[in-house]
Amino acid sequence: MEETMTEPRKVAGFGRDLKSEEMVISMGPQHPSTHGVLRLELVVDGEIVVDVIPHIGYLHRCFEKHCEHMTNYQQVIPYADRMDYVAAMSNEFGYVVACEKLLKIRVPERVEYIRVIMAEFSRIVSHLIAIGTYGMDIGAFTPFLYCMRDRERVLDIFEQTCGARLLYNYMWIGGLSHDVPPGFTEKVKDFCKYFRPKIKELNDLLSYNKIFIKRTANVGVLPADVALNYAVSGPVLRGSGVRWDLRKNDPYSVYDRFDFEIPVGQGLKGTVGDCWDRYMVRVHEMEQSVRIIEQAVDMLPAGDIASAIPKRIRPDAADVYVRTETPKGELGYYIVSDGTATPFRVKVKSPCFVNLSALPAMCRGAMIADIVAVLGSIDIVLGEVDR
Amino acid sequence: MTPQQILESLKSRFGEAVLDAKVDAFPDPWIRVAPATLREICLYLRDDGEMLFDVLMCLSGMDYRGGKLGVVYHCDSTVNHHRIVLKTEVTDAEPRVASVESVWKTANWHEREAFDLYGIVFDGHPDLRRILMPDDWSGFPLRKDYQVPEFYNGMKVPY
Repeated sequence: MEETMTEPRKVAGFGRDLKSEEMVISMGPQHPSTHGVLRLELVVDGEIVVDVIPHIGYLHRCFEKHCEHMTNYQQVIPYADRMDYVAAMSNEFGYVVACEKLLKIRVPERVEYIRVIMAEFSRIVSHLIAIGTYGMDIGAFTPFLYCMRDRERVLDIFEQTCGARLLYNYMWIGGLSHDVPPGFTEKVKDFCKYFRPKIKELNDLLSYNKIFIKRTANVGVLPADVALNYAVSGPVLRGSGVRWDLRKNDPYSVYDRFDFEIPVGQGLKGTVGDCWDRYMVRVHEMEQSVRIIEQAVDMLPAGDIASAIPKRIRPDAADVYVRTETPKGELGYYIVSDGTATPFRVKVKSPCFVNLSALPAMCRGAMIADIVAVLGSIDIVLGEVDR
Repeated sequence: MTPQQILESLKSRFGEAVLDAKVDAFPDPWIRVAPATLREICLYLRDDGEMLFDVLMCLSGMDYRGGKLGVVYHCDSTVNHHRIVLKTEVTDAEPRVASVESVWKTANWHEREAFDLYGIVFDGHPDLRRILMPDDWSGFPLRKDYQVPEFYNGMKVPY
């Protein structure tokens, strides 16, 4: 703890002038509620937070530099996995879609549908972690265990498909590493049948819990215009009431063929754009993901998954920006090719990085204890913030 | 609006500042503008009723080799459903670009990142300091001619 050199402020209204000095408190980099190595510099006036200055970069692994030093485009995929490591499938998805656009490849229908199923499963996994840890941040330990139990079932499906539970290297440019195993359709349908009632259970346990609502409603409000100016995306943007989802507004892959809704924050328990709204958007999105998975499994066509994988990846000199909707928000890949077998430049527009940059706008004027609630509600993964 | 219309409207308003464009480029059409007028152009793109580019999707620093640095802006309109790519180029001897932080708040961290990794200076940025690398790091790691230092604060860098 250290005191700043600011002038003492005078507080009127007590007969005499009270002096109140601002204090700087460092929260993190080792703190259970920062979800990784993040340091927040809090400027506080008593219990009120005057300003928050996030310090990031503790997990910087030079992803973009590594990409320029690969021997081919395919080798980037395992690194892309390790950005948002709780939803690795979604990261691969964006990268392969960008590369295919650069190479002008059309992938088989079967591949597209399997990718959508995997991406939606990874959305469920990511949201389960977000919800579970959010409950834990606020003081509810039990929902975390319930979420982990359900997440395990999805990880089993991933493991049966490609052998890995967390970091898959599953989606390849033009195809997939493995086809789905026999009995996949039944397993997926079983899961959907199992999971629907569990969302209700979660709602009873946490979402409509009185203490939880007290801690999250009317806290960390982010108005829609501020959200757009900060270019936040995903549940943080939709929590502010903006109906914007790239799966509907700028469809990629085969997302235009499914029937689903975009949940937005409505301010049911407080103000539109508060922490509870952001939280609730995630719960509703899991329901919609289950809907998409059920449709995709029913429509899954037969075919070969490796027929479009190129032998030699050498795109023409061009640059492409492709954005996809990951669980955290809009993940963009800006890939510049100079006609060789290695990317000239890969820039990742990480949703967590952008969402975190809006944290000070949500926290000013809040209590210290609310910082934890606000930070948890943006759902950051530091692996993706720092890349 | 089509990229062609956006280009013409920018040309009629800013004339000399629009340097170069490729509106039929695959897959993303782009317009190259002068680094000094960038803020005015972006302000126009954000506020004009026909443009309304309310979201800056991405801001990337670039090193085009041979002492040429650049910044690429991907703008999107959630109202009018069109997008455009702005590019600007500077030399590594004078790497100064006008900041668009006052236009789109999201540019704040993106510009800090471009400053950190490429050494591009954004004029008018309120808080331009390193973001991903340590504050006392020397050099700009994403430049193509970057050499990994042998020591950092007396510690040997392992490779």
